[in-house]
Order: sequence, then C-alpha cells, then structure tokens
Amino acid sequence: MYMFKYVMKRLGLMVLTFFIIFTMCFVLIKLLPIPTNVLPGQDPEIVMKTLEGRGWITNIREGENGVWLYDRVPIFLQYATYIKRVVTKLDFGLITTYGEYLHMDIWDVFKSHMPPTILINICASLIGVPIGLGFGILAALKKNKWQDQVINIFIILLISVPGIVLALMIQYVFCFKLGWFPLTMATSNEYFTWPVFRTMIPAVVALCLGSVAGYARTTRAELSEVLTSEFMLLARTKGLTKKQAIFRHAMRNSMVVIFPMILSEFIAVLHGSLIIEKMFGVNGLGGLYLNSITFQDYDFFMMLSGFNVLIGLTAGIVTDISYGFIDPRIRMGAK
Amino acid sequence: MKENYTNIPVEKLKFAQKKDFLHDSKFETKPVSYFQGAFKRFCKNKGAVVAACVIAVLVLFAIFAPVFTPYQPAYYDMSYCFVTPRSNFFADRGFDFWDGCKVKNTNQVGYLKDLALSLETGREVIKHGDVTISGEDNNNYTYRYDTYYGVGFGKYKIISEAEFKDIQRYQDETGRQVLYPVVKSSERPTLEKNKYDANIYYKMENPKASVIKPKLDKEGNIIPNYWKHEEGKASSLVPEYTSLRIEGEDGVEEKGKTYFYAYGRKVDGGIEVRTEYYEYYTYLHTQVYKDGIGEPTFWFGTTETGKDIFACLAYGARFSFIFAIAVAAANFIFGVIWGSISGYYGGRTDLIMERITDVLSAVPTMIVITLLKYHMGASSQVLVLFIAFFATGWIGMSYVTRVQFYRFKNQEYVLAARTLGARDARIMFKHIFPNGIGTIVTKFALVIPAMIYSETSLSYLGIINLEAGNTTSVGTLIAAGQRSITSGAAYVAIFPCVFLVFLMLSFNLFGNGLRDAFNPSLRGTED
Repeated sequence: MYMFKYVMKRLGLMVLTFFIIFTMCFVLIKLLPIPTNVLPGQDPEIVMKTLEGRGWITNIREGENGVWLYDRVPIFLQYATYIKRVVTKLDFGLITTYGEYLHMDIWDVFKSHMPPTILINICASLIGVPIGLGFGILAALKKNKWQDQVINIFIILLISVPGIVLALMIQYVFCFKLGWFPLTMATSNEYFTWPVFRTMIPAVVALCLGSVAGYARTTRAELSEVLTSEFMLLARTKGLTKKQAIFRHAMRNSMVVIFPMILSEFIAVLHGSLIIEKMFGVNGLGGLYLNSITFQDYDFFMMLSGFNVLIGLTAGIVTDISYGFIDPRIRMGAK
Repeated sequence: MKENYTNIPVEKLKFAQKKDFLHDSKFETKPVSYFQGAFKRFCKNKGAVVAACVIAVLVLFAIFAPVFTPYQPAYYDMSYCFVTPRSNFFADRGFDFWDGCKVKNTNQVGYLKDLALSLETGREVIKHGDVTISGEDNNNYTYRYDTYYGVGFGKYKIISEAEFKDIQRYQDETGRQVLYPVVKSSERPTLEKNKYDANIYYKMENPKASVIKPKLDKEGNIIPNYWKHEEGKASSLVPEYTSLRIEGEDGVEEKGKTYFYAYGRKVDGGIEVRTEYYEYYTYLHTQVYKDGIGEPTFWFGTTETGKDIFACLAYGARFSFIFAIAVAAANFIFGVIWGSISGYYGGRTDLIMERITDVLSAVPTMIVITLLKYHMGASSQVLVLFIAFFATGWIGMSYVTRVQFYRFKNQEYVLAARTLGARDARIMFKHIFPNGIGTIVTKFALVIPAMIYSETSLSYLGIINLEAGNTTSVGTLIAAGQRSITSGAAYVAIFPCVFLVFLMLSFNLFGNGLRDAFNPSLRGTED
C-alpha cells in the first residue's frame, strides 16, 4: 500500500512536470510569428486554409497586394485544439518547413525514424552493459592489483575523453584509415542484413564506450563496498565458496544500485544521441530533432521535444521506483 | 650512576613541579587552517597537481596565443585551404616534421606538374627532391609535397595597373619575384577548367585534353612556353615592365635573336598576370592589408575554407574559458543563494523551492536554447547560450549548497550563534556557508569543463554558431575536422580534439583532487 501511494505520487508529479514544461514550450512557440511562407508553386490560399484548419488562425481574408490577413486564435484555444487532436487522433499536424518530408504527417515521419535509433541504442546497451559489468566485477575482485589499475585507467580515460572525440577517433581509425566500415550508416530499411548492419557497428561502438565506463565504475565502487561488509564473512563462514558468496550475496546487493541504471538505460534507448547520430549519419530521431530545429519546423520540434522530455521523466521515475521493488528495505521518499 | 630502589627514600623524593604552575605549553608547530590543510593534501595528490599545471598551460594558451598570432578567426584564404601544419623552425632546418608538407601519392602527370612548378620558382615543392617510384608500370610517385609552395600560381589574376606598378616597386625593393611571365592566350589549354590554370607555363602534349600533360624534350625536360618578344617589338597588349626578370636583364638568346618575356597581358579592366601565390600573399599582407601577416605560416594548418586553425583554436579556447567561468559564476551566485535559503529554512519553503527546481531540471537545455534562438534571432547567440546555460545550470549548484546547509544547520555552533543573537543572514553566510565551501568550490571546478563540453557539442551540432562574430568555438573546429577526414586532412580535427581531451581530463583530475583535499573522508569514493 505504501508503495502504491508512492508510485501514484511520483506519477502525479511527473504528469504535472510534463504538463508544465510542454505548456511553456507550446506557449513560447505560439508567441512566434506564424510561418506563412508560401513555397513556389503553392497556392497562398491553400496555405492559409491549412493553417486555419490546424486551428492556428481564423478570419482569413485577402488584403491589398496579395497579402493575406488573418487573426490569431487565442493561444489557450489553440492549445485545447492541439491536445484534443493529439489525444483523440494522435494527430500532431503536418510538417511545414522541413523540406525532405514536406506535408507529411508528423507522427508517420516520427515512426519511420524510430527503428535505427532504437536499434543502435539497444545494440549499444546489450554490448556495453555486460562488458561494463564484467570489467567492474573484475576490478572489484582484484582490487588494488594490476588488473584493477589497468581497468581504472581505462575508466578514467573513457569518462574524461569526451564522447565527441571518441566517436571521431573511431570514425577516423576504423572507417577511414582501416576502411573496415563505411563512414556513415546506410539508410536502407533492412537493418538485419549484414551489409546494413555492418554500417551500424561504428555508431554502436561509439555509443557503448560511454556506458562501459559508467557501469564499470559503478559496479566496481558498489561491489568493492559490499565485499568488505560483515555478511560476506558470514556467508563464507557458513561454508559457501568464494564464488557462491560473491554471486549469490555480493552481486545481488550491488545490483540494488546497478539494476535501476540498466532499466533506465533501456528506456532511454528511445532518446537519439544527437552527436553520434550526426557524426555517423544515422537516419534516426536525433537527426530528425536536429533538422526540425534548423528548419524551424515548430510543430515537429514541439512533438519531438515533448517526446524527449517524456522519455527523460519516465526513465527517472522508473529508476526511483525500481529501487523500492528491488530492495524492499529502501523506502523512497519516506520521512 | 644508576641505582635500583625498591622504595624511594624520602630524601630522594622531589616534586617535579613544586613551584611552577602547570601551564599548557605553547604549540611549537604552526596552526594549520582549513585551507592550508586542504592545500597540503592537494599537493600530495600528484595527478591533481599535474592536472592543475595542464589547466594553467591551457589557460595561458587561451590568454596569450591570440596575442602571438596575427591571424583572426574571421580570416580565411581559399587558396591556402588544407595546408598542413608548419613551423618555420622545423621547415627551415629541413626536418621532415611540422614542415607544412604531406606525403603525396600521384601518377607521372601529377609529379611532372609539381616538378615543373619547382623548376620555375626554385622552391622545394618536392621536399629534398626525393621521389620514390613504384608500381607495375613505374607510374606511382611518392614524395613529400609542400602544401604551401604547391599552391603555385593558382589561377590567372586580373589586377589593376596601379597594383601592377606597385608589385614592381615591391619586387625592386625586396628582390623577391612575385610576377612571372605569362603564356600567350592562344597557347593555353582549351578546356574551360584548365584555361585559367596559371601553373601551366610549359608546352603541352594535348591542349584539348582534360588532364594536361607537359610535353618533354629529348632529354626529358619541360619546355617553357612563355609569351616572348624581341626588344622593342612587343605586342601592344604587353604592359610595360621594368622590374626583375627571370630570364635575366639581357633576355634569352634563341636562334640568334634576343627575346624578352611578357609579364602581363592587358585585358578589359586591368592586367592579367601570373603571380606566385606565396609571394603575392606576402606582398598583399605586408604592403596592402598591413595586418601583421607576413609569409604564410599556419602553425596548426588550415581548414577546408582556409581558416587558420591555431587562431581559431586560440580564440575559441579563450571564448570557452571566459564564457564557462562567467556562466559558472552566475550559476554559483544564484545557486548558492537559492540553495542556502532552501536548505536553511527547510519545511514548506524548501518543499516549494524543490518542486520548482524539479520542474526546471527536467527541461532539456536543447529546448531552452532552441526556443531562445527562435525568439532572439541568430545575432545574439552568445547571449542565448548564456541564458540557456544559466536557466538550468544553477540547479546543480543550489542542490550542493542545500545539502551542505542541511548538514550544518542543526549543529551546536549554529545554535550558539543564534543564542548570541546572530541574524539568519549572518548565520547563513558567516557560519554555515564557509563550512560547506569546500564542496561547493569543487562543484564549481567541475561545472567549468561540463560547460565547455556542452558549448562544444552545441556548436558541433550547428545549433549554436559563434562564427558570426570574430570568434569561433572548438566544436565548430571539430565539425570542420570531421568533414575533412575524407580529404585525408586528419590534422584539422587533431588539434581541437587534443585541446578538448586535455581540458576534460585535467579538469576531472583537478576536481577530484580538490574534492579529496577539502573532504578527506570522501577520499576514494566516486561522485
């Protein structure tokens, strides 16, 4: 019952936070001039009618010199229309300025760009998490021996060297100098065939290096702390072998911190890494987000921002709640 | 003499301090204050000290490097794009290192072109003249190619008559050959793309070909094909030229006649000339622009648009440091005030303030920056960046401060201060804050590299473009470096990357050292 109350409280706060952020974002965007630019070959009346249909403007009329006049709909009315459309029809509007996908449905474009992002992030997590855990365990077991020190140096290097430089190094060495992989990822949809999968590998490696370092560091710190606790001695006294004691008792306890990290990492796979996606030309959400910013496609930007905020909030809340489920002793938010 | 007593006889018994009062003796050692202790502990941490030195070097670089280079981030010269790093110290002594050269693999035609260039100008376009010929048909030439001299003549240039005269004056004064003889327009290559190539001064095998191959005489030499005339019989299109002549003062003897070369051709709007770009560049910058640039020497090479990497990096680093410190200071001030109020008063105040920070911290910086950019336009990017980093950046600082206040506010000495009548503000900033300052300063030190990295990533992504003013960002340089990878110009990325790596690495070590020094009990724990 306590847990239920806590989860509800967190969920409520999350919804509130999301609502505040999204409303601020909406209002700030709607305060901008409405993009009524007419592309060559477009009928200005149709552009105006489309905007009216979206519920942004009203009372359109043709003024002098072919200038179209219109009145703005009050922002809260626009907001209500927007929310209604999104909730009932999953209709985020059309793409207005992003040349490549002009006049396409935002939700469709968004969906079509999800697979590459999810795929490279999941691959990176699937590779990075076990390697990171393995290194962390090794370092903790061999604490202050040479293995630990070597791993430590690697961790410090991987954490301190910025991801942008690491990715660039990978691209230069493996894609350009050695020529093992192409410089950018293929745009084909057949992700599970070798020729396309091969092009994903540099991006995956660049993504997973960071998480390897993160997990190795946390695992090492947590596990070496648990290994020195009294109950480990008790476990050995009971007659457990060292291996049994470590994997059945120590690992379980250190997982209290590590498991939520893994969980939130797998939620955050929906987040495109902007830098990696730009560098390796991944045709995913990160690139889409970046382009929506440069093209000033307001509706699209709003939708993607909202999505990113939602993912971030969900990852945070899942982490917090999972603490309580994994280790019943932990009462998050308790006085 | 030593005696053993089972009982001490009464007459031997003496009080050690019968008359003296028992005073606490004064400490022989000097008192060690909190900061002195922290400094001592910090100095014991070798990694942190080295990191501090590296940071100092980087800061000095950011301060002084812009002073030492005449180049500016706004400077660019498309003719000198992708020239490799060169230091006169190494180049003049003939080292094959940092000499503005690169290894070039080419075929015979490419080699002959470079050879022709070096023969005409007398410069080492092919370093030391060393060439390795390999391949099945001996058509693979490998040599160290000087990217500065290799630019050669570029294209035919049309200059005004006054400039033509001024260059002659400059040539007479300095004895440096800028103008070289031109080729008669009817004897130039015919294809549009080769027509204006001023590097072709020789006879060609086929002027209509797409790749021009020099015609060789029986000994395998290149045959120059300058526009020549007998003395006094020059075409009306040949301008008057009185300065240095590569054929010598007396002209060249050919079939019993003495010829002189034409150093220009009158065209509409001026005189068409062949200028060796290296000398012309020197002339332009020393005589015309007078901007302190002499011969082209780019210490770190140039980018694809011919920007000087050294200047860009120096100005970018300077901007990064100033910006990061300014933002960190703003965050520090606001975050500390917010955090101390929230932490000190606690209760409902704390709850409300915490909810506000919760909401704010969930806003991604990217959204803030984009929205600000939309509203404020592209002209005030630095301001956009500043506001965006400030809007969400102070939260971390306030969080640290709040925790410190919670830690100290219920201690006895605070109670004592309150009992003595100290006001809240005095307790907060005179009594509690100094105790937590170690942790807060550590946070400050760790925020700076994070700030620089965020700014770098944003300019790498192109969301923020600082090129508009006379500045640039390390991120912009890295983006240029990434684009240059396929051109084989790895050095463009190397310098900004090395700068960034050193910066992040040393700031991390420095921050950890600071943390250990201020809080010895936290030593070894991460985060």
